[in-house]
Amino acid sequence: MLPLTDRTWLWFAAACYLAGFALGTIAVIRERKLSRAVMYAIISAGFVLQTLGLYVRGLEVKGCPLGNTFELFQFLAWSAIALYLVIGATFRLSLLGYFTSVLATALTVVSLAFPSWDPPTRASIFGGNAWIEFHAALALFSYGVFALLTLTSLMYVLQVFSLKRQHLHGLFSFLPSIRELDQISLRLLAAGVILLTASLGVGAVYWLDDIGAVNASKLAVTVAVWAAYAVVLVLRLRSVLVGQRLAGWLLALFVIVLLTLPLVSGADYAR
Amino acid sequence: MSSPVLFLLGASHHTTPLELREKLALTAERLPAFHAAATALPGLRELAVLNTCNRVEFYGVADSPEIVRQLRETFCALQGFPADAYAAICHETTGLAAIKHLLSVASGLDSQMLGETEILGQVKDAYANAQTRRSAGPVLNRVFQKTFQHAKYVRSHTAINEGHISVANVAVDLALKIFGDLASTRILLLGAGEIGEKTAKAFQSRGAGSLTVASRTLGRAMELATTLNATALPWEHVASHLANYSIVVGSTAAPDVVVTLADTAAAMKTRRADPLFFIDLALPRDIDPAVAKLENVFLYNLDDLAKIAEENRAARAAAVVHAHALIVERANALWKQIEPQAGGA
Repeated sequence: MLPLTDRTWLWFAAACYLAGFALGTIAVIRERKLSRAVMYAIISAGFVLQTLGLYVRGLEVKGCPLGNTFELFQFLAWSAIALYLVIGATFRLSLLGYFTSVLATALTVVSLAFPSWDPPTRASIFGGNAWIEFHAALALFSYGVFALLTLTSLMYVLQVFSLKRQHLHGLFSFLPSIRELDQISLRLLAAGVILLTASLGVGAVYWLDDIGAVNASKLAVTVAVWAAYAVVLVLRLRSVLVGQRLAGWLLALFVIVLLTLPLVSGADYAR
Repeated sequence: MSSPVLFLLGASHHTTPLELREKLALTAERLPAFHAAATALPGLRELAVLNTCNRVEFYGVADSPEIVRQLRETFCALQGFPADAYAAICHETTGLAAIKHLLSVASGLDSQMLGETEILGQVKDAYANAQTRRSAGPVLNRVFQKTFQHAKYVRSHTAINEGHISVANVAVDLALKIFGDLASTRILLLGAGEIGEKTAKAFQSRGAGSLTVASRTLGRAMELATTLNATALPWEHVASHLANYSIVVGSTAAPDVVVTLADTAAAMKTRRADPLFFIDLALPRDIDPAVAKLENVFLYNLDDLAKIAEENRAARAAAVVHAHALIVERANALWKQIEPQAGGA
């Protein structure tokens, strides 16, 4: 019998997200609407399984599972899905479930596929300090918001492409309207910046007590990501950066976030 | 003696012009009288009346074709409609063909506006009415209940009610892709041409927020604005007020471009985050094609809209073939269940 370890639950969760991705792809190819309720149910099942997997992992490591790249990718996917479950029910954006399942599949399957991202030995990274743990979880949750923002930005780019080039069938026929995507993107951007600001605020209190606890590259990357999103938010609110240029910036920023994710993990908070 | 048979008798928009359909329509007052007279016919076991603006059809189970003939006479007598004239326009069929017809009707395949959804509700009402009057029996219960299931399946598994085929409605669909909800949009109609007016009406029918008409002749603009319950804008204010509108419909007969790239670029400076949708229905064109390159500006001309309408028409044609295949398959299956009870001799 298959041992029900944390990774087993996380594999099950990845399978749910993959099922959502596959069903969505089939529906899009056949130009049929996939029931929002079906997609919501599949993703919810994946979320429950992933929560279980992360909970078991949390019990093992006696803390929030944010200690290596594998856990960061898993937590990022979990955050994005949690947000989708709220936003999807509230705003009922068509195709957002499908795009979220694509992102969740990519993040979870990739993280599970590289055992080296999840070494068996690990240091206690939060030094038993719940506030530092809260700071890290909040930061990762804001990254989850940015992940969802990336999806709405991608949908925006696709919708503009569809309307400008007059490709209105297939996937394009199910995309939400430009205005809806712009409004939800603005809200996600604001929410992500607020969460990341709060996270950095909590982290800064402990960093000021012990400046050597965080290495320079980690600090630089974290502050740079926060500053970049904050500047983009201000430019959007002033209507300086809008439309496709805004969406392009948001897509590029999230690629940078993913590439620098390993830099913000590690045992730097260990005392 | 022959065994009961499922039948269909009726007249629809296919063969009956509006002025005749008006005479055939069963008013709320006449329907109970007709029902009472019909169900009093000996040998008429079951009856449901589908009475809409496009058709008056009777679905029932009778002991013999003679009963159906009597039903026809009863109906014509009540309506004061000549029996021979009715014979020329009515359709009458039995068994599997009747089931196929009902499925086509409920799926919207037999409607004037292909794929419209209202008819399913009307078929449900007809069945509910028959149940209330206790004229639906085991055969009609089975046939109608299965019809509702199959009609929903046909609608959800084919594209018969997707994509509009008129230029005006295609323009509205595109606006929905940009703005989502039209309630907050402000529409500016340039010119007082017929196609522009039709497009404006299509937007109004889908809940557009407000409409303004601008024409070179202010009197004409005011006249059309009154007709459309809109406001009029003096022609010379069009460029300076462009930023106030989210949708601009060009339908003038002007020989030159009416909205220039410079006008649009200036407007977008004050509405950078809000999209601007141009629908250019004029020939020669009213909107400078270069505006399409601006961020958040979308431009569709008459050819673009006609091309989309044509694509939708082709897609619907393919969907109709698919829907008919589904109906035949499901009608055959249903007929196998019904045939022992209502298959005739």
